[in-house]
Amino acid sequence: MTLRRLLTVVVALVLLVYPFVVNSFWLVQIGGRTLGFGTIVLSLVFLTAYTGMLSLAQMTVAGVAGYATAYFTAPTGGVGLELAWPVALILALGLATLAGLLIGLVAVRTRGIYTLMITLAVAMAFYYLTLQNYAVFNGFTGFNNVEPPVIAGLDLGAPLPFYYLSAVLAVLCYAGVRHVVRTPFGLALQGLRDEPQRLQALGYNVPLLRVLAFGLAGFVAGIGGILNLWLNASISPGSVALNPVIDVLMAGVLGGIGHPAGAYVGAFVFTIVDNFAIDFIARERFNTLIGLVFLAIVLFSPDGLTGLVRRAWARWAGTGRRRDDAPDDSTNIGK
Amino acid sequence: MEALLDINWRLFAIVTLNGLTLASLYFIVASGFSLIFGLMRVVNMAHGSLYLLGAYIGFEVSEATGSWLLGIAAAAVVVGAAGAALQVSILSWMQGQDLRQALATIGVSIVAADLMLAQWGGSAYQITLPGAVSSFVPVPVAGRYAMARLMLIGFALVIGIGLWLMLNRTRVGMLIRAGVDDRRMLEALGVNVPLVFVGVFAIGAGLAGVAGVIGGSVLSVSPGEDARYLLSSLIVVIVGGMGSIPGAAIGALLVAMAETYGLAYTPTYGIVYTFAIMVAVLAVRPQGLLGRAA
Amino acid sequence: MLRNGLTLGATATLAALMGTTALSAQEEETITIGGLATLEGPFAAPGEDGLRGVELAIEEFGGEIAGHPIEMITASSDGNPDVALESARRLVEQDGADIMIGPLSGSEGIRIAQYAKEQPGTTFLNGGSAAIETTLVDPAENFFRFNTEGAQWTAPLGEYVVNERGWDNIVIVSEDYSFPYAQIFGFMATYCEAGGTVQDKYFTPVGNNDYSSVIAQLPLETGEVDGMYVVLGGSDAVNFLSQYAQMGGQLPIVGGTNVTDQTVLTTQGPARELLPGILSSGPVSDNADLEAWQEFVQRYQDYFGDEGLPSPSLFASNYYTNTKAALLALQEVEGDLSNDHEALNEALSNLEFTSPTGPVSLNENRQATAAIYINEVVEQADGSLALEPLERIEEVDQYLGLGREAYMELGLPSRDNPSCPS
Repeated sequence: MTLRRLLTVVVALVLLVYPFVVNSFWLVQIGGRTLGFGTIVLSLVFLTAYTGMLSLAQMTVAGVAGYATAYFTAPTGGVGLELAWPVALILALGLATLAGLLIGLVAVRTRGIYTLMITLAVAMAFYYLTLQNYAVFNGFTGFNNVEPPVIAGLDLGAPLPFYYLSAVLAVLCYAGVRHVVRTPFGLALQGLRDEPQRLQALGYNVPLLRVLAFGLAGFVAGIGGILNLWLNASISPGSVALNPVIDVLMAGVLGGIGHPAGAYVGAFVFTIVDNFAIDFIARERFNTLIGLVFLAIVLFSPDGLTGLVRRAWARWAGTGRRRDDAPDDSTNIGK
Repeated sequence: MEALLDINWRLFAIVTLNGLTLASLYFIVASGFSLIFGLMRVVNMAHGSLYLLGAYIGFEVSEATGSWLLGIAAAAVVVGAAGAALQVSILSWMQGQDLRQALATIGVSIVAADLMLAQWGGSAYQITLPGAVSSFVPVPVAGRYAMARLMLIGFALVIGIGLWLMLNRTRVGMLIRAGVDDRRMLEALGVNVPLVFVGVFAIGAGLAGVAGVIGGSVLSVSPGEDARYLLSSLIVVIVGGMGSIPGAAIGALLVAMAETYGLAYTPTYGIVYTFAIMVAVLAVRPQGLLGRAA
Repeated sequence: MLRNGLTLGATATLAALMGTTALSAQEEETITIGGLATLEGPFAAPGEDGLRGVELAIEEFGGEIAGHPIEMITASSDGNPDVALESARRLVEQDGADIMIGPLSGSEGIRIAQYAKEQPGTTFLNGGSAAIETTLVDPAENFFRFNTEGAQWTAPLGEYVVNERGWDNIVIVSEDYSFPYAQIFGFMATYCEAGGTVQDKYFTPVGNNDYSSVIAQLPLETGEVDGMYVVLGGSDAVNFLSQYAQMGGQLPIVGGTNVTDQTVLTTQGPARELLPGILSSGPVSDNADLEAWQEFVQRYQDYFGDEGLPSPSLFASNYYTNTKAALLALQEVEGDLSNDHEALNEALSNLEFTSPTGPVSLNENRQATAAIYINEVVEQADGSLALEPLERIEEVDQYLGLGREAYMELGLPSRDNPSCPS
């Protein structure tokens, strides 16, 4: 237990000190993106690790929050409705949660690969909708110039405040997920992942639990979506297209889809590779590289980098420390 | 007023025929996808890449030899082999872990898309059809209709009936059906199940390759088509029922018709209707129209 | 200020000489130029050619300005504005680019021009992107576009088809997004003025494969309708044209700039035969009888040989023009980047020079005024397809010759704007 506490302190220190040792690019584009994008990945990892449902629609839910925030704070070309930012943000998160619940309703009776396929189809439907609809989504152009609010003279869009905002929200989301999985609700979800029939026999409303899990994941993804929106200062159909949808999955698998920490590890590694691969190999073949890395992880370490580290640690320490709340073998997910 | 009605009926007939041709293409792609899933429970997310590869191979071979049929044959063989290789080299190592297999094929599709882009570039390719089908056929109400498109419907019928006969009238089909019902029993009977798996994967992949050549002839191919046909296959089998060939046919019809009528009468949201159908079917029958409960 | 091609050549030689002889030059601070283009995805080929344009311009100045060595760094996008922004941030904030050249596509351009406002210490020049909004809606002070945009490219064509071809009733088939809207907007601005009417517009989603249901609603022969204006890019254009021909369609076709760009002209297969004879308009013409253009093509072919395209693309030309503008302005201020590039930005605003497509200057929005070609697709002796100029229209400005006030009254282009009153 002490080791985990030590790790927590180290992570907290790194998060605090980070802005003072890096330039604005590393602060915002690497740091801010890792935290915001990582929160979207976290919502995927939460669903997968604790409910056994792998959803490809988490970027879509994040997109709903992003679009809603843009619609209510930065009307573009006559589309949108300017509201006070607290109202706008509450609406955005409410809509993201609602979107999560709706996707949950569509996917509720499916499992494993079926969930994957159906959520992918839902994600693409949303992409086409944003592309074609001008009344709400402003079509191909989307929304530009979406700035975070200025609160009491503090511009949340400036690099340092934005970084700390992202860090605080990411830590809250992470801690929230860790907390929820220990509540009766979270335990029921894990029971449902492993033994749905038994849960049903015990009188649990299985479909309701699943839909609620999607709703909670939608809320978390919504927070990540708003951070992502502010990072880019804009949103367009390209933000919810197939590539970003797959990126979330890649980052999750990269980091390890069996544990919440994997979300941020994966997001960090993905962001680094994404930004610096050009220095190591010809940029033109970037996708081959990232595809091969992804394939290698799936083939050789299905629980991702965190799993790799954990296993190495277990071997080094001589004893395999088992986690009570997280499956340490993600190969059984979705079975 | 009468003239107006006339025109509308002509348009309606043409649009219906268009829907049928698109459904035929969707069916050929999705039948391979569904066949593979039916036996092995593998959701091959690289199915679209196999379609694209087939189209490029078909283009190269038919340009080099001047024979469209050779292009089809080459695509079927090469893509079939690629599918078999995918099964042997990657998927067989994780048989039974369906989600991990789906993820692995996503990795494969990303690499494949990039390598094909490197080889064939971003331009659109079109495969030259044989002269015999580059004509028009008189059709009642519609006036006339392109022979190539009618041929596409014929192809789908031939493939559909062929698959049905293979599954229901041959020994291989018997093995496959037995494998769908009870894999372990089949193994216990001394059948080389891994070999049957490779064979079925090759057939399913080959179908995607053939569809690529046909699609590349009647329409065209360019990067991005892989994702498009993967997505259409997904929706077709979700609607029709995973693993069912007749389901794939019905799913293809519904999806293609919605898309085509949508484009003709309400171009803006044509593509969204397909998803509406999918959600509606899922709400009523989660296993798809002809699927068996999981 | 107006320099012609000849003195430019001389300057270049001089600069090259200085580069090799003046040792003191090395003591001056390096100026970093960041090139941003699509090096991934389906637009990788145009993106690479764009960066060739940047490289060619720097080479022309011998790789240094007033003793400052010029260093070129590059970053890639895949056409998605989010990715373009990420790469621009890397070039500016991580790699310290002083001058940014790029990006390639329209919605990326809007995003980068917006980012320019956050980075007053960097000078941004456009690459190949051609969205109207970039330099019209709240334009950034430090974003300069020395190439013309989507509506400028098509404005002369509308007038041309009415006056020269006598077509005054057409149908429009177009992809459903902002770039085609802009092209239709430019086309119709002069077309309607000249007395033309638009019978109908058909918008289809991008990447639509099967156009037969749209084609079933189109006239197949001339009669009431004289022609068809088609604004579709890449495989969409190929699919539409071949399916229209398949259905027996014979209307004369006028194309948007994207219908006759390299991705379509290099199509493989039967659709190629449908392309010769199509009319279009745009900022370049492969066979332009213009000294500056031929010199540019020659220099491009000499420098890149087999590595480059047979002939520089629209993107090579646009990236080259923007980079050259930056270098000429740098030369004028002798590499002075003090005070947030005040002098450089001032020099850029007032710069006039001869680009590969002729004289170019900026207006108050820092948007180029330059010549536009009306082209026809022809088959060359070697079998490749190229753009043959039919007419050259000088000095097409951002307001399409309508004047700022009248132009602003039109509003931004959309599905329904403009509509010719018939």
